[in-house]
Amino acid sequence: MKKEGFLYEFKKNKALFAMAAPAFILVLVMQYFPMSGLILAFKEYQYNLGVFGSPFNGLQNFGYLFNSGTGWLITRNTILYNLLNLVTSQLLAVVIAIFITEIRAKYFKKVTQTVILLPYFISWVVVGVFVFSIFNYETGLINTLISSLGGEKINYYMMPMAWPIIICAFNAWKWTGYNSVIYIAAVTGVDGEINEAAEIDGATIFQRIRYITLPSIRPTLVTMVLLQVGRILRGDFEMFYQIVGNNGQLFNATDVIDTYVFRSLITNPDIGMTAAATFYQSVLCFAIIMIVNTVVKKIDEDYALF
Amino acid sequence: MANKDKDLMMSAPRKIKLSASSKVFYIICYAIVAVIAVICLIPFLLLVSGSFTAEQWISFHGFSLLPGEFSTEAYSIIFKTPERIFRAYGVSIFITLVGTVLGLLLTTITAYVISRKDFKYRNVLSFFFYFTTLFNGGMVSTYIFYIQYLHLRDNMLALILPGMFNVFYLLIMRTFVNNIPFSLVESAKLDGAGEWRIFFTIIFPLLKSGLATIGLFLALGYWNDWYNAMLYMSTEEKYPLQYMLYSIQQQTQALARIAAQAGIQVANLPSNSLKLAMAVVATGPIVIVYPFVQRYFIAGITIGSVKG
Repeated sequence: MKKEGFLYEFKKNKALFAMAAPAFILVLVMQYFPMSGLILAFKEYQYNLGVFGSPFNGLQNFGYLFNSGTGWLITRNTILYNLLNLVTSQLLAVVIAIFITEIRAKYFKKVTQTVILLPYFISWVVVGVFVFSIFNYETGLINTLISSLGGEKINYYMMPMAWPIIICAFNAWKWTGYNSVIYIAAVTGVDGEINEAAEIDGATIFQRIRYITLPSIRPTLVTMVLLQVGRILRGDFEMFYQIVGNNGQLFNATDVIDTYVFRSLITNPDIGMTAAATFYQSVLCFAIIMIVNTVVKKIDEDYALF
Repeated sequence: MANKDKDLMMSAPRKIKLSASSKVFYIICYAIVAVIAVICLIPFLLLVSGSFTAEQWISFHGFSLLPGEFSTEAYSIIFKTPERIFRAYGVSIFITLVGTVLGLLLTTITAYVISRKDFKYRNVLSFFFYFTTLFNGGMVSTYIFYIQYLHLRDNMLALILPGMFNVFYLLIMRTFVNNIPFSLVESAKLDGAGEWRIFFTIIFPLLKSGLATIGLFLALGYWNDWYNAMLYMSTEEKYPLQYMLYSIQQQTQALARIAAQAGIQVANLPSNSLKLAMAVVATGPIVIVYPFVQRYFIAGITIGSVKG
């Protein structure tokens, strides 16, 4: 084959280049250009000087971020929440997927699957309304129940320890349906005849799940876990912000990198520390996903993400 | 889909005889799925019943799963002065329509290009898009760039552009495009059709289910978006529905918190039921439409989970 240059290719496929141009330009402008702003982590940003005109100040921003203790706290919270959510939501999704595929009653199956996927379609704002309606001190559902049973009302918004559980529960509530759809697809991908043959050979339902269903889920599970590990330093901003809001008392237990960054961006004109936090988040996330993917590729190429 | 259902039926255990432990398994299986489904529904029940409960009842007893004292007061207040909510509806419908149509065109045409096996740079281009999922500028620099260099503050484009193109949707759409035999393109080329004509008259009409799937994902994203509005919109006339809902919640939540901390009654605060009624009005369309379009979402999620 002859080696052809870019110009030749361009002339030959002018129309294809033109077709790809709008998306290319959009992504270039909306996604790639802002990447250059990461340099702000090493600068003292001044609005009138712009991103590129502002003076450098070395590693000062990182010093502030970590010496104040904030950097460690939000990193710890982000990682712990992601691990907790990863385990609970995937585990629940796998269990639901296995159960739903085992269910034979057609309508029961259809209705429950529809209902379990419903939360995926609800905006986080409305989830925020749910959380407030359930947990607020004055009129919350739980306090209504407690006081109707003659108990003492609980002020959850003063109880940081309750929030990891609440956040984890709503994360699972929102995503279990979505994730289980993925696992159900993996399970139903198994040839029906295998299950049939196993049954004729006298395999119990537990044996079928253990030796047929679970192995068929494994590649999907690995992919899902890898995708989540690649995001381990990214907090789901919309979820945390809508569930926790601006409740200062809860920040020690609930602040993640993304909510911290947002708050500082809105309230603090000195964005040095904030820029340092996003730089550190973006770069570490990228490093983690590259390392994990390389390691996985070494172990078993089929499981690598890219 | 039909084939998969058939497979499932075939894998169903015949009524040979279920051992005792299998019976227990099935009972647990149905029970747990039913419980989870109910848990998924409880917040909606709370929302709807709270919105239909009289205000005094809520401030005296609190929210409950069934309306304590039925009242449509909250809804009549909302629809007595409906301008605010209608305008927010208008903004949401506008950005959803414009964003979805433009996003669909962009996604389809780009997916077509990166699926063309005779296009030398398709892998480079795919990687160019994929890379943004691995690395990005982060919230701070994105915000500064959009405001300072793209002048998106209080600009409707800030609500439309960020959600218009998504790599995940691009890859799903590519799967749909790949299902169309390439020989169609080749024979059209031999007949002398240009690239644009091939795309719009041959490929595009064959992508109906792909368009429905991605269109629905895009529309859902626009309809539920409040984040971009919060960052970039400053005039209330331009708030989409979800952000309007949020700003109303904020006002009452902040007051309720202050009242609770100061130990005073919140009976005089703006209506609790009103907040919930607002949430019902904002979420209603999705819940009503969802069962009819569910299969497209399931198809999209399933295709998206298979590595491209």
